Amino acid sequence: MKSHETDILVIGGGAAGMAASLSASKQNKHVTLLERENDTGGVLNQCVHNGFGVQFYQEELTGPEFSTRLHGEMSEQNVEVICESYVRNLDVHEKIAEIFSPQGAYTIKAKSVVLATGARERPFGALLIPGERPSGIFPAGLAQRFVNLENHLPGKKAIILGSGDIGLIMARRLHLEGMKVIGVVERLPYAGGLTRNVVQCLDDFEIPLYLSHTIIEVRGSPRLEAVKMVKVDDSLNPIDGTEKWIEVDTLILSAGLIPHVEDFADEGALDHVNKGFIVSNTGETVYSGIFAAGNNVAIYDLVDYVAAEGWIAGKNAALYAEGNLDKTRHLEIRRGKNVNVLVPNKVTTEEHLRIYLRLKEPIDEGKIIINELGIEKEFKYGVPSEMLQLTVNKKKLSELLHDKDNVTVEVIS
Amino acid sequence: MKVAVIGGGIVGSLLAYELSKYDLELILIEKNNDFGQEVTKANSAIIHGGYDDPPGSLRAELCSDGNRKYDILSKELSLPVKRIGSLVVSDDTSDSEKRLEELYRRGIKNGVEGLSILSSDKLQSIEPNLDEKYSKALYCKSAAITEPWMVAVLAAKGAEKNGARLITGDEVVDSISKGRNIKKVVLSSGEEIEVNLVLNAAGVYFNKVARIFGVRTPEIILVKGQYLLLDHLASELVSTIIFPLPSKKGKGKLIVPTIDGGILLGPTSEAIDGFNPEELSTTSKGIKEVADAGEEFIHGIARPKWFIKTFAGLRPETPNKDFYIKLSSEKTNFITVGGMRSPGLTAAPAVADYVIEYLIQEKMGITLVKNDRVRSISPGLRIKELSFEDASKKIEENSSYGRIICQCNQVSEKEIRDAIRDGARTLDDVKFRTRATFGRCQGGFCTWKIMKIISEELNIPLEEVKKNDKGSELLDGKVRK
Repeated sequence: MKSHETDILVIGGGAAGMAASLSASKQNKHVTLLERENDTGGVLNQCVHNGFGVQFYQEELTGPEFSTRLHGEMSEQNVEVICESYVRNLDVHEKIAEIFSPQGAYTIKAKSVVLATGARERPFGALLIPGERPSGIFPAGLAQRFVNLENHLPGKKAIILGSGDIGLIMARRLHLEGMKVIGVVERLPYAGGLTRNVVQCLDDFEIPLYLSHTIIEVRGSPRLEAVKMVKVDDSLNPIDGTEKWIEVDTLILSAGLIPHVEDFADEGALDHVNKGFIVSNTGETVYSGIFAAGNNVAIYDLVDYVAAEGWIAGKNAALYAEGNLDKTRHLEIRRGKNVNVLVPNKVTTEEHLRIYLRLKEPIDEGKIIINELGIEKEFKYGVPSEMLQLTVNKKKLSELLHDKDNVTVEVIS
Repeated sequence: MKVAVIGGGIVGSLLAYELSKYDLELILIEKNNDFGQEVTKANSAIIHGGYDDPPGSLRAELCSDGNRKYDILSKELSLPVKRIGSLVVSDDTSDSEKRLEELYRRGIKNGVEGLSILSSDKLQSIEPNLDEKYSKALYCKSAAITEPWMVAVLAAKGAEKNGARLITGDEVVDSISKGRNIKKVVLSSGEEIEVNLVLNAAGVYFNKVARIFGVRTPEIILVKGQYLLLDHLASELVSTIIFPLPSKKGKGKLIVPTIDGGILLGPTSEAIDGFNPEELSTTSKGIKEVADAGEEFIHGIARPKWFIKTFAGLRPETPNKDFYIKLSSEKTNFITVGGMRSPGLTAAPAVADYVIEYLIQEKMGITLVKNDRVRSISPGLRIKELSFEDASKKIEENSSYGRIICQCNQVSEKEIRDAIRDGARTLDDVKFRTRATFGRCQGGFCTWKIMKIISEELNIPLEEVKKNDKGSELLDGKVRK
C-alpha cells in the first residue's frame, strides 16, 4: 500500500473534473485527477454529435473534440491522471482518499478536493413499470455507448421513453443507423430536452413525439416484444381506454439523470430539489475544502456550464489549498416563485455569482427577480427543460450584500 | 449405484452435495445455464427460525433442523450466511399479543432456539426507527439471511469437487423404464444416462418431470410474490428482518436486509390462475402494496429515490400447503421433492438428510456408504469485503483485483473473470455470482464492460452475449461491418 500527497485531488475526469484540474494546476498547484475509465472525457467520449463548446470555446465542437481539447490543455499542466481508479473511501474532513487501481491501492492526502463525479441514469427498475423483465431495455447512455463506441446496434425496432436530451439524440442516432424508431414518449405536456434537439433530432426526421403519454407495461420473454403506451391526464394519471400495445424489441430510457453523490456525502450535504451537493458560488460544499462541480451539483443542460463551473471550483480549491480562500460570510440563496433547480445554494463575495435555474412551469414570457441584488432579467418562452442563466459581478455583490442575510431568486410572468 | 438429481435449485444442489459424501455415481442436471436461477433466486432469502409452521407438518420438522444445519454448511461450502435475527412485531391490542404468544409457544414446540418476547423498550433499542405503535415483538435470534442462488452454486460446486458430474443447459425430456423400474434418463441433447435412482427436485416443474417418468404428483399451485429492492442507503434504517403477525395467507410483507447491504420490501402473495411458470410480471398494485407495508413499519424507508428494482418470484405449493417429499408408488426408484414453498430455502439442508437417511436408506432399504472424499470449498474472494490493507496485497498479487468494474457494488474484473471460469455464462449468472450490476445504477455503467469480459472469456462475439436464456441476447447487428 502506497501513500501519496497532493495539493488538489479531483475525483472524476469528465468535463467538470478536467476543467477543475486545469484551472487548479494553472495556480501552480499539483493536481491528482482520478478517472474510473481508461481515459478522461466522461460521457463526452460517446457524444459524437456536435453542439458542444459554443460558450466555453466559442466554437461548435463534437463531444470527443471538446474532451480532446480540454485534455490537451490539461496535459500541458502539472496534472497527474490516474485512470481505471476507484475511490473506495473519502474522508471529507481529513481529505484522505482510499483508491484502488490496477497499479495498486493508494491513500492520497490532499489539501483540497474537487468532486466531479457527474451523474448516472435513472435505471428501469426505479421507474416501477410493471410487466416482465426481458432483455432489450437500455438506459439511453448505455445504448449510446454500444452504438457509438462498441459498433453494435441494440435491436431492430425501438421506442424511447423520456424526452431528455440523450433520448432525443438517441432517437436520431438509431434512426440514422437503420433501426426503426417508433417515437419518443414523454409523460409531460412538453419535451424534457432542449428545443433545438426536438427540432434537429425528431422533427427533421419525422420521428413522432408523444407528449402526455407514458409506458405502463412491458411484455416479452426473454427479449422485449411490446410496450403498452397510454395517454395521461394533467395529473399524469393514465387515461382508461387509451392503452395501446406497440411491438418493439428495444426500449430506450431517457428517464432522467441522478447526481452521483451517495458515496461521498450524507443527506445534510445535499440540496433536495437539485438532488446534488449544496455549493456556494465558489463551488465549496458544506464540507470545508471539499468542492463540487458539474452534474453532481445539478443536472445541467450544457457541457459549457459544467466546464465553467468545474473551472471555478478548481480555481477556488487551489486558493483553499494555499490558505487564501477567505472565510467570508455565506448568504443563503432561497427559491422563490416558479423556481425548481437552482445553483448555487449559497453566495460569498469572493467570486462572481453565476445563477442557473429551471422553472417549475413553462411560461411564455417572464422575469427573473433578485430583489436583494436589484436584478430583473426578462426572458421569452421559458420551459423547465432549458436552464436560465445570469451572472452578477463580485464587485456588485460586495456592494449590495454586506447588509443582507439571504437572497431570494424568483420568476414572475 | 447411479443417482440422477434433476434440478439444480437450492433443493437439488444441496441434495446432490449431501449425496456426494457417499460412494455413488452422481449426476446433477440443471436446464438453465447456472444453478439456482428459478425459484431459488427470487424469494425473501431468509433462513427462518421455524416458529410459524404448523406443528406436525414436514415444514415444521425440517425448518428448524435446516436452520441449524446452515452453520455446518456455511463452514463446508463457505456459504454467505448472516444471522441478523428476526422480529415479528405486534401492536398492544390483546388480540395481537395473544397471537404473538401463540407464535412463541408454537416455536418452542417446533424446537426453535433463541426465541424471546421483547418489550417495547428492548424492541426500540433494536430497531429505533420502527413505528411506535409496535410495542411487542417475537425475537428470533437464529433467523438469518443468505444468498440462496449462491447456496445452490456452491453446493453444486461442492458436489462436483466430491466427484459428481454437473450438467447445465440441458434438460430431461424422456425416460426409459423396464416395468416399474426406471433405467435411463434422456436429455434434450440426446444423451441417455443410466440410473438406479432418480431424484426429482425440479422446483416449479416437479409435476412436469414426474409425468416424464410416469409418476403422478399432487396438483401444483403457483403463488407469486412481488418485491421492491432498495438502495444500500435504506439499510441505515433497519438491522433485522421485520415481519408482521402471520395470517392465513402466509408470513406477510416484510422488510428484509439483503446480504450485500440492500433492503428488500415484500412479498405479495398472489395465487396464479392455471400453471404458468413464466408469470413473473410485477404490477403497480403489488409494488405499491409492498412499499406501503414497508412504510407501515418504518416511515421513510420506501423513498422513491431508493427504488432500484422490482421483481417477482414464484413459490410452488401443493393443496395441503406442506412439502411433498415422497417415494413414488408407480416406480420403484423415483423420489419427488416438491411443493417447496416457504420455508423451503431454510429446510433444504434438512430435506437432503430426510431424503438420504429416511427415504433412501430406511424406506427403500438401500445402504449408502460414506466416502472419504469430502472436501471443503474455499470462500470466493470479494474485494469489497477485505480491509484496505488486505485488498492492497491482493491487488499487488493480481492487478485485475484493482480494476473495479461494478462501481456501485465494488466488484473487480478478477471476480468477474473467476465467476465465468467457474461456470457463469450470461450477464445474470455474473450478476448473481458476483453482485455486479446489482447496485444503484443497475448496470448502466458496467454492462458493456461485463459483456466484453464474457465475450473474451467464452470466445464469442459480443452479440452472442446473453442476459439469461436463449434469445435474450442484448445486441443485434453491427453498426458498421
